[in-house]
Amino acid sequence: MSAAKAKRRRRALPGFGLSLGVTLAYLGLLVMIPLSTIVWRTLDLSFGQFWATVTSDRALASFGLSLVAALIAASINVVMGVIVAWVLVRYDFPGRRIVDGMVDLPFALPTAVAGIALAATWAPTGILGKHLAAVGISGAYSRLGVVIALVFIGLPFVVRTVQPVLEGLDPRLEEAAALLGATRVQTIRRVVLPALRPAIVTGFALAFARALGEYGSVVFMSGNMPMKTEIAPLLIMSKLEQFDYAGATALALVMLVISFTILIAINGLTWRSARRASEVRARPAASELAPAAVVAGGEP
Amino acid sequence: MTPARSPVSVEPAWVRAVLITAALGFLAVFLVLPLGAVLHAAFGKGIAAYLAAVSEPDTRAAIKLTLLAAGIAVPLNMLFGLAAAWAITRFHFPGKRVLITIIDLPFAVSPVIAGMLFILLFGAHGLLGPWLSGHGVKIVFAVPAIVIATAFVTIPFVARELIPALEARGPEQELAALTLGATPWQTFCRVTLPNLRWPLAYGAILCTARAVGEFGAVSVVSGHIRGETNTIPLHVEILYNDFQYQAAFAVATILIGIALATLIAKSLIEWHAGRGRRSH
Repeated sequence: MSAAKAKRRRRALPGFGLSLGVTLAYLGLLVMIPLSTIVWRTLDLSFGQFWATVTSDRALASFGLSLVAALIAASINVVMGVIVAWVLVRYDFPGRRIVDGMVDLPFALPTAVAGIALAATWAPTGILGKHLAAVGISGAYSRLGVVIALVFIGLPFVVRTVQPVLEGLDPRLEEAAALLGATRVQTIRRVVLPALRPAIVTGFALAFARALGEYGSVVFMSGNMPMKTEIAPLLIMSKLEQFDYAGATALALVMLVISFTILIAINGLTWRSARRASEVRARPAASELAPAAVVAGGEP
Repeated sequence: MTPARSPVSVEPAWVRAVLITAALGFLAVFLVLPLGAVLHAAFGKGIAAYLAAVSEPDTRAAIKLTLLAAGIAVPLNMLFGLAAAWAITRFHFPGKRVLITIIDLPFAVSPVIAGMLFILLFGAHGLLGPWLSGHGVKIVFAVPAIVIATAFVTIPFVARELIPALEARGPEQELAALTLGATPWQTFCRVTLPNLRWPLAYGAILCTARAVGEFGAVSVVSGHIRGETNTIPLHVEILYNDFQYQAAFAVATILIGIALATLIAKSLIEWHAGRGRRSH
């Protein structure tokens, strides 16, 4: 948009001061001031204390578990998410629309309910857990339980970022590839997957970021044993319960830096790919599902 | 939905069957079986036990508190979403991308950390804690902090729906109304708001679902006082940790009902919005 047009808009429409004022005041009070208390609290610690807290054996074990479990879960969600999106877009089968709606269930279901539901399924007495227990694997109350919970809560992200791109993909591209002599596998590898790559990366990053901070579903599935199945948010929680606010803050700061880096990377990624492929429109109400993509779409 | 594809870009039938089976199997294991397990456990001891669990006084108090928290947080975030969408889509100002990223921040913050922020701010050893307790105001481990934490984690939902919707419309209708002599308030109520009713409803539904189900953030600030500072998800946790499994799963079915209602309402609005777009 040209600068002159922008100026005319600003003059013509009312409410700039009011709407921006409300926005900034609300975000300031509810987000920025509370977030800044983290920095203020961390300043209570010397660097030595901070470093000792975040590199203690228990902290490192929890960060390691959180990162590795989130990485494994997001990777599983990439593979299964692309398959689910592909099946939902390309194939017709009875109940497809219901299945499509069900994919959003992990977004709508409170995490605590997800946690006890998964525990009931995967515990040694559960419908799936008893089969695992029979071969000596514990599905719940183990590191595997953490991964299962994280797969559940991250399930919709890749599906919902890949699905609109797949729907918007011009079928002629694949036909052209086939007519030029490519096998179906070559077409998918060289034509379809490259077009999906930005959406897959975004979906992976969203699922990973969500998994990293997840608490509600994991506490019911992990057994919460320090050094073994204790995730980082749980360690923060137990430090808070012992009124070790400085320690909790130090761990939270590390988590926040990781999450914000991912958030900024996602916004940068989707913004770039939205510009590159602006003709592939996201589904009108993709919502929480492709958050950064929707936000990027809102940029004039 | 599924356009007719030329035979050269369709997989053989056995590949299709394998992929559909894999997708449905995955969703069945991760979505359907856990839900079934909850329902089985909730109704396993009969309808009477179920009704007793969901009508017990502590459960009723939890439902009330959850409704209160959502009833304050959701309207606040709707107002915020309208203001933010109007400012961001209708005017140019420096730092707009930063502002959009800040609106998204609550999604990037772990719920436990979100709750912790308000302990650091309002808690006994917090920044404002001594001042607040000096004035006899109790925020943390009481209802106010539950409302504030709920509002924090649900900030992005409405704004995120309204920003693209308002952007897609452009300012022409509002400009026309203003030119024809409508006051700014009339323009907002008669032009902007009606145009935004579906995205607003959509955002509000997602916001409500999260507000009702928030666990981590509320758990940190609530103090877990039965009958007083317990929301429905916290009540489920307490029952579960007390080994009252049947009661825990029974109360959980309330939340499952809300989640399924959310999904249905969401699909209806998507269907409605899709139909509206085609008729234009």
